[in-house]
Amino acid sequence: MFTKNRLWVIMLIVLMVMLSASGCTRANQEVILATTTSTTDSGLLDVLKPEFDKQTGYDLTIVSVGSGAAIAMGEKGEADALLVHSPKDEQRIEDAGVAVSRQIVMHNDFVLVGPADDPAGIKDKPVAEAFKAIAEKQALFLSRGDESGTHKKELGIWEKAGITPAGEWYQETGTGMGATLNVAAEKKGYTLTDRATYLALQENMDLQILLEGDQELLNIYHVMQVNPEKFAKVNAKGGKAFVDFMVAPETQEIIKTFGADKYGQPLFFPDAGKEE
Amino acid sequence: MESVWKGIQEAVRLLLTGDPEVLRITLLTLKVSGTATLISLVMGIPLGAFLALGRFPGRRFLMSLVNTGMGMPPVVAGLWVTLFMWRNGPLGFFHLMYTPAAMIIAQSVIAAPIITGISAAAFQQVNGRLRLQILALGASKLQTGLLLLREVRLPLMAAVMAGFGGVISEVGASTMVGGNVLGRTRVLTTATVMEVSKGNYDIAIALSVILMVLAYGVTLTLTILQQRGNRT
Repeated sequence: MFTKNRLWVIMLIVLMVMLSASGCTRANQEVILATTTSTTDSGLLDVLKPEFDKQTGYDLTIVSVGSGAAIAMGEKGEADALLVHSPKDEQRIEDAGVAVSRQIVMHNDFVLVGPADDPAGIKDKPVAEAFKAIAEKQALFLSRGDESGTHKKELGIWEKAGITPAGEWYQETGTGMGATLNVAAEKKGYTLTDRATYLALQENMDLQILLEGDQELLNIYHVMQVNPEKFAKVNAKGGKAFVDFMVAPETQEIIKTFGADKYGQPLFFPDAGKEE
Repeated sequence: MESVWKGIQEAVRLLLTGDPEVLRITLLTLKVSGTATLISLVMGIPLGAFLALGRFPGRRFLMSLVNTGMGMPPVVAGLWVTLFMWRNGPLGFFHLMYTPAAMIIAQSVIAAPIITGISAAAFQQVNGRLRLQILALGASKLQTGLLLLREVRLPLMAAVMAGFGGVISEVGASTMVGGNVLGRTRVLTTATVMEVSKGNYDIAIALSVILMVLAYGVTLTLTILQQRGNRT
């Protein structure tokens, strides 16, 4: 019985080694980017990945989760670079020495979308007032509920409005921006979204932008490296290469025009090197 | 309904034009789920036979574990494989995270209990006297095993189909350990989820049609093999 067991163990090990034969060669070539859903749902990274791979010879693995989950991956040393939009959390992990060489990449803005008939009458109000109106009318509001950058922004606005959202009218989807917009469109609810994802999806849904342009609604994306001195297994050169790539003039030019032909307006505005 | 029709048209177009991206995703789906099913067979059939025919303490307990595992939620398998595979996990040095290999392992974890459970049930169905008779005729243990295998080939094919069906349709584990990376770990189910969240319903419908056709094609082939086995 003992030898039989050993045979199984050996077979399993052989299997693992065979499976990882392809894996080992790419250990140094692979750069894992943990990022928010908006950069992939909008299609931006589909355009940037081949450019990055071609320019640097690395192989970029894009793991698209919310900013919260992406930052958590960084905190475990499970990613080499982060591209996220949750400034407070970014500051926190930068202070903790988890993230280094953090740089501004681009911005767009959040918009408050909802059904065209606007049951809570929020159109063009200041954003905190609009949130108050939604809560008072108990109009359906869909929250991401996933610790993402958008979710954090939304919670910040509720806090500013002095409201703790709860009840039948406030529902958390726990999924990405695209999925949440779909739910909002289907149930005729309000939701806060980044403009890029909304523009990418709008043709399929019945949601209008009801509120935009408030200073409060600025959405800033930063790129950063996960600190290789803190995590031995992080690909230091690869992470740095990605940060450099994102702020390089050629990449910024791609960002500037991305989506303009399809949506009639750009989805992101390049910001590299700018003061915040 | 209009979008459904558009989706079906899109599916036909993607299939007929042999869109390279869709082709790659489809082949990877087959490769990953096929390999996982094979691995599960190699582990599941002997284990099933052992559980069904062996007499040892704790057998019922093990059986109950396997039977519970038959309903293993893919996300649970995905989470645990992730915990082992990622960089700082115990098996991190293999660098398997976000590779097809990781997806094969996760899917094997899902399919192995299904195949083990059905095999065990199949072996238990065999009349005990048959086994005694085979042994009495002087067959070795291996020969006995092979003869019994012949007896249970029909339910075993059902086990293959159930295992394959279980893994080709799962999305939770594949997303978690594969990461839905374009050109590397994107399979039909994860691509469908992504296209829905991008709002590209027609492509999502197209992918789902391809997935159904693929699953049907494989199952049909297996069914034909099974029923041929039934005649002779």
